[in-house]
Amino acid sequence: MPKALNLAELKAKANEIRKLIIRITTEAGSGHPTSSLSATDVVTALYFGGFMKYDPANPKDPGRDRFILSKGHACPVLYSAMAEAGYFSVDDIMTLRKLGSPWEGHPNMKRLPGIEASTGSLGQGLSIGIGHALAGRMDNAGYHVYVMLGDGESGEGQVWEAFAAADKYKLGNLTAIIDRNGYQQTGATEDVLDLGDLAGKINSFGWHVQTIDGNQMEEVVDALGAARDVKDQPTAIVANTRKGYGILPVLETTGDLNFHGKPLPEDLAEKALAHLSG
Amino acid sequence: MPACSIETPAGFGGLFRRKTTMYLGETAGLTLGKATRDAFGETLCELGGKRPEIVTVDADVGNSTRTEPFALEHPGRAFNVGIAESNMVSIAGGLAACGKIPVVASFACFLLDNAFDQIRMSVAFPEMNVKLVGSHAGISIGEDGPSQMGIEDVALACSLPGVTVVVPSDAACTAAATRAVIEHQGPTYLRVGRGKVADIYTDGIEFELGKAITLRDGGHATIIANGLMVAGALDAAATLAEEGHDVRVLDMHTVKPVDEAAVAAAARETGAIVVAEEHLHHGGLGSVVAQTAAALAPVPMEFVDVGDVYAESGDPAGLLEKYGLTSERIVEAVRRVVGRK
Ligand SMILES: Cc1ncc(C[n+]2csc(CCOP(=O)(O)OP(=O)(O)O)c2C)c(N)n1
Ligand SMILES: [Mg+2]
Repeated sequence: MPKALNLAELKAKANEIRKLIIRITTEAGSGHPTSSLSATDVVTALYFGGFMKYDPANPKDPGRDRFILSKGHACPVLYSAMAEAGYFSVDDIMTLRKLGSPWEGHPNMKRLPGIEASTGSLGQGLSIGIGHALAGRMDNAGYHVYVMLGDGESGEGQVWEAFAAADKYKLGNLTAIIDRNGYQQTGATEDVLDLGDLAGKINSFGWHVQTIDGNQMEEVVDALGAARDVKDQPTAIVANTRKGYGILPVLETTGDLNFHGKPLPEDLAEKALAHLSG
Repeated sequence: MPACSIETPAGFGGLFRRKTTMYLGETAGLTLGKATRDAFGETLCELGGKRPEIVTVDADVGNSTRTEPFALEHPGRAFNVGIAESNMVSIAGGLAACGKIPVVASFACFLLDNAFDQIRMSVAFPEMNVKLVGSHAGISIGEDGPSQMGIEDVALACSLPGVTVVVPSDAACTAAATRAVIEHQGPTYLRVGRGKVADIYTDGIEFELGKAITLRDGGHATIIANGLMVAGALDAAATLAEEGHDVRVLDMHTVKPVDEAAVAAAARETGAIVVAEEHLHHGGLGSVVAQTAAALAPVPMEFVDVGDVYAESGDPAGLLEKYGLTSERIVEAVRRVVGRK
């Protein structure tokens, strides 16, 4: 288990990861930087806050904790965090989306050690996580399964099938984190498919639910700690975030606060990197 | 009665209830045996005692698909997630990623059609060792009607890279196929039926995935069949033999990977092929055999299948007759194809 960073270190790490996200997506010329940036604080805390036990040198260790990025299009944050954690190098992830590179546009577990599920078709990751959690319980393996979903993704019926099943099996070793950034591909979630009281709905499915500011590292760390301590039911964290968090002033100049599924052009990328360094 | 034993009651579902209608395999002198779903369920339950990695994931139809005896024997290894096929399939993907051998069963139509993207993304693409089982395949389920009939399942399963697709013909073949798919490392689709079918392998079976079984030899033409149409093919061969024509009959239980050598040999040595299956016309065994023969040894071919239509409710024997899945239709197809040699 890697050493847990303190709050200040975690914030600095998140900042480094944000810079990588900008660099690799702009270099690739495509990708989903803003979907990655909203999720960065949670992913950083998981990998570097002492929550996940993992060993980059032994990625198949049966006892490892699992992180499944159900919103697979946000893989730049995952690749960047894993590069920082030592699974692979920054040079490696600079090949993102290039022909021949295993750092594909969406995570492909067959090509990359440490990737727990091949995602990209939204809606399936929580169910896959249930499979891991059930197997872990059967084998007394003691690991914890973390799944990150998008808020738009929660429109998929399968997500709710999964919420129901995790309650049936009282999967205390499962935590779902919903990156509630308020946007999906074609607009605000409230306009496309209003999620209403998302936390209340998940809670009514039998889950322990916390609602936090998912871009405030203190709150993220506290919530992950509390989730780990719940043993008799699955836990959800509704992480209220901002899509593109970290470079919002730069995005504001574009008039597009969703900025979904496109990289920053070079000039904006430079401004964003300067902003993150400043 | 042993814990794993299952028996579909005589006359249940009425597949062969109409006394006026002969069952497939009757002309060939075969007797009625178990339903293939029963053979699957019994074998699964037996294997469950030997292979602790086997788990089942069900969507509220385990008593129909026959995973139930396993679930009763091994309650801690059986997960019924409710009527939620997508969830069922993706959960199985996760279990397989952790070294389990998940057997995922539902009606063929609900499994393949409802959860196709989950099969693609949670099973096939990551090459998960998941055993998909579709029961109630074909139109011979009868009275429940077209909404419950899996007749596009083989096409859907075959479209997925790396998925082995098996359509066994009788109880013995199904038992062997069940063992084989569990032994096989990688995703598989096993298709079983609801009603009782004729026993073909009464003297045992040598079963190997991807290897066709030659049930009769001859040079007049070849009938390549799977599922319950193998019995129909044997009927047709018996009828044609009385007329002095020996036809080869292949049980092509594995649709993917298909036995290319057996198809090519049939084409070269008999010069004409009829394919018989209980599936829609497009994308099933007929398409696979035609592609293979076209590439290796093109010969005239005819197809006996459900066609390009949805069926209807009715008694199974009547449905098979109305939709052309009879021994007579196979005989006619052989005559046509030989005329085109
Ligand atoms: C099943 C499926 N449908 C559609 C898409 C296309 N798609 C990719 S990202 C996206 C929006 C996702 O929104 P959300 O879950 O809120 O994630 P965010 O990008 O906001 O983090 C869509 C529709 C997909 N990948 N999978
Ligand atoms: Mg969103």
